[in-house]
Parts: sequence; C-alpha cells; structure tokens
Amino acid sequence: MLIYLPIAEVSVNAFLLLGLGGMVGILSGMFGVGGGFLMTPLLFFIGIPPAVAVATEANQIVASSFSGVLAHLKRRTVDLKMGTVLLIGGLFGAALGVVLFNYLKSLGQVELLVQLCYVVFLGIIGSLMFIESLNALRKSRKGGRVPTRKKHNWIHGLPFKMRFRVSGLYISVIPPLIVGVLVGVLAAIMGVGGGFIMVPAMIYLLGMPTKVVVGTSLFQIIFVTSFTTLLHATTNYTVDIALAVLLLIGGVIGAQIGTRLGTYLKAEQLRILLALLVIIVCGKLALDLLIQPSELYLLGAGGH
Amino acid sequence: MILRSLLLLLTLISLPARAEEVVLGLSQDRVAITATFEGSEILIFGAVKREQAIPQGSPLEVVITVSGPDHPVTVWRKARRLGIWVNTDAVQVDAAPSFYAVASSGPFSQVMSNVEDQRHRVSIPRAIRSVGAPMNITDAQSFTEAVVRIRTNEGLYQLLENSVQIDEQTLFRTSIQMPANLTEGEYPTRIFLTRDGQVVSQFETVIDVDKVGLERWLYDMSRQKPLLYGLMSLAIAIAAGWGASAAFQLLRQS
Repeated sequence: MLIYLPIAEVSVNAFLLLGLGGMVGILSGMFGVGGGFLMTPLLFFIGIPPAVAVATEANQIVASSFSGVLAHLKRRTVDLKMGTVLLIGGLFGAALGVVLFNYLKSLGQVELLVQLCYVVFLGIIGSLMFIESLNALRKSRKGGRVPTRKKHNWIHGLPFKMRFRVSGLYISVIPPLIVGVLVGVLAAIMGVGGGFIMVPAMIYLLGMPTKVVVGTSLFQIIFVTSFTTLLHATTNYTVDIALAVLLLIGGVIGAQIGTRLGTYLKAEQLRILLALLVIIVCGKLALDLLIQPSELYLLGAGGH
Repeated sequence: MILRSLLLLLTLISLPARAEEVVLGLSQDRVAITATFEGSEILIFGAVKREQAIPQGSPLEVVITVSGPDHPVTVWRKARRLGIWVNTDAVQVDAAPSFYAVASSGPFSQVMSNVEDQRHRVSIPRAIRSVGAPMNITDAQSFTEAVVRIRTNEGLYQLLENSVQIDEQTLFRTSIQMPANLTEGEYPTRIFLTRDGQVVSQFETVIDVDKVGLERWLYDMSRQKPLLYGLMSLAIAIAAGWGASAAFQLLRQS
C-alpha cells in the first residue's frame, strides 16, 4: 500500500516502513541504541530526502526509546542520576554540534565528513567491543570468573565525586559530563541519538554495569532527540509526521520485543552482537566510499 | 467550469485569426494529492479548429508537453581523491522542472525542427536552463545530461514519441502518466501544432497539482505553526511509546 508523505513529498510503501521500524526497534530495545545509525542510511536508500530522513528519525527515536525505557524502569535498570548528568552534557554538546555542523556546511563537503565520522567511530567502537567481549566470553567459557572492570585509574582521582547508587559507582561527575558533551556533538553532526557511542563509553570509560547502561542510555536519548526534533521542526520544517508515525508503530512494538529478548542473553553475548552489527554497518559505509559508484553524479537541492 | 470554458472561448475569439487553432480538453485540470496518492493518468485531448479546408502538403503533427515547477538544482560529481570517492565538482543548474513529459505524434526530430525546439524549449534537454559552470569545469554539458539521465530513470522525465494519436488531421489525444512522487505547484501544459517541423499554432493551459485533506493540513501546520507541529510530533511519539509498553504489559499478565 503506497502512502504519500506530506513533507517528504514522495510515495512509499507503508508496510516497508512498518517493517523497517520494527526491525530497528528490536535492536533499539536489545542494545539500548536508538537505531538511528542504521535507520538513517536505510531511509536514504528508499528515497527519502536526507534532510527529512535525519529530522524524522530523531522523532522516531523518541518513541522507541520511550517505549524501551518504560520496560527498563520496571526492571529498575535505569540510573536516573547518571542519566541526568549525561543529559546535561548532552544538551550542551548538541547545541555545540549544531553550530559546528553549520560551520562545516559553509565550507562544503559536510556529507563526506558525516560519512567519515560514521566509518571512523563505528570502526573503532565496533572492533574494540568485539575484541573485548570475545576475550570475556572465552574466559567465562573456561569456567573462570569474568573479571570485574573496576580499575582504579586517573578517573578516580578527579574532584566533584558523586555516588551513583544504581550503577554502584562513586566517581567524579566530570567524566560523565564530558562523555555527554562528546556524544551530543557527534549526535548532532551525524544525525543520530548517539547510543552506539554512549553505550561503549559508559561500559568502558565509566565502568557501569552493562544491564544498567542500556536503560540509562535510552533515558538520555529521549531528551536529546526530543530537543533535536523540535530544532528541526522549527528551523528546517523537515519533520514528516506521517513518516514518523509509520516508523514508530513498528518501532515501539519492536522495542518491546527487543527489551525482552535482551533479558535472555548474557551481557557478553549482547555486547558481541552489538559489536558485529556496528562492524557490518561500518563496512558497508566504508565500501561505499571505496568502490566506484555506478552513478557519479548526484542531484542536490539547489540555491546558494 | 462554465466560466472557464467561456473564458477559453473568449480568448479563442479575441486571438488574431489563424489558419489552424487548438481547442483543448483535459480529463482533469486539477490533480489532488491525497494520503494514498499513487500517481495520476491525465488524458489530454482536443481538436483543431479551422476556417478553411485542410491545407495540402505534409500532414499535421502534434507535440504536447507537461512540465512541473522549475527549481534550481546543484549537480555534484564524484571523483577519487586519496582512495575514496568524494564530491569534487559542482554545477548549479538554474532551473530544472521537477517533472517533464513530451508526447509527440511521430519521432520527435521529424515532428519539430531543431530551430523551433530551440525557440520554444520543447525537448527535455532544452527544458533545463543552465547559465554557466564555474571556470574550472570544462564539460558543463555532462552535468545537465546527468540531470536528464537521473530523472528519466526515476520516471520524472518522459519522452513519449508516437504517443499522440491524430484522427483526420483534426482530433488528437494522448495520456500522460504522472508518477506518485509529484511536487505541488502549477504544471504548465503546452500543445504545439506543427507542419514540416514548423510550429503553426500553439496553446497553453495549466494543470494544478495540490495536496488535499490531511496532507494539506499537516503541510500547512508544519510551515505556519512549526513549534506546535514539533510538539505534536513529540506527543504522538511519547504516546505511541507508552501505548506499546502498556499493551505488552497487559499481554504478559493475561
């Protein structure tokens, strides 16, 4: 069934959108990533104008994250205190990111920068996570206890310490704030929620337990993407509500299924799957840059 | 409708007397884009009005064009730099129609001469206006060719040769398939009567393409009350998220 999208001004199959939303929603619930890094390129591929895809995707992430976070709240796997600290950094970073994005746009080549950002960050995060979780998995197979990651490094020497009861941490607020800002900046440039960067950062930099990380990440993403949606709706008029509704119907159902699937998997298995997914997307984007495209020309909206 | 036909008649009468003139009919002069819009087929038909007998010599031919609103387009070309494919050159095409269809009663090159094509901007490449490329680009032509190629592949540009039927050199008709991804606006529709490749008469009208109903309402709201529209989008998102969560809760309990 074809549906005409009022803002995107294209016709697309409604069931295709529902399916895409559902698929990305499952991943969102399982891994605590918004799924934007996957959905945004997919929307480009089915012919949605990039500006509309990025803006509408932010709106859809709000829905799937909200649905996911409710499930996590019931299981008490959301660290609200840590989430709030990350959120403060995140909003600040998002505003900074929009400024940076507009500056790069004036220089041209912003599209290339976004693609390179994807390849570099997905590549680094994916391979690091993959290696780490493979090691952890191997150790647990041998029967040995999985080593706790509570290392005492320079991070524990910083001032402004705060107790995060749900995460079982007593650390300075500076590292989470910095993580929040960095994720916010990248999220604004890459047009995603930033969960795929935040989840590993929370695990490896802040040393939070994996089970808490997912809920907390979703909690923070809701607010950052709501902010982004409003920004896009009021400045660029690129939020397509019809597209968002179709994606989010699939998305929220998928997120519920994903959250439940996540509880059946061990933390190491969950991480290794996310790592593989990140590596696959990274590989696809890298290939696009390396292989000669079949159409060398590209039409963009005109006007200088 | 009556007023329109009256106006049409008046303009026809007020025009200087010509040997042959077009009297046109459209199956619809308005295309409504609804939520389930899947494209539209427009039937364009008409007759040739004459005061005297059919002129001798080469037969009458008809060329019909339907054109979407003009927009500027930036065309990027990729090239390999440091091993990766990046956008290197850009040419600004000043105006390219978002949709363009040319239907003719014979092979286009035989129906209309090159000179007439140039004068009236009828064929697809001529419908695109490009003033000039930056100094460093020597093959500006290939950029406009790319616009035509890409849009032809998307079904937005159509060259329909031999698709206009003519009966007795007087009645003509054709149908043009408009795709689902139409943009709003006025679609100027032109009809040319030609003999020996020379335009003997021409007629122009407009097909209006508009969003209606829910599509219209959402589009207007997004432009006129963007903050409210944004908040509504968020409210829908949060309600859907909560709804799904509550529904699954019930499902598990039962």
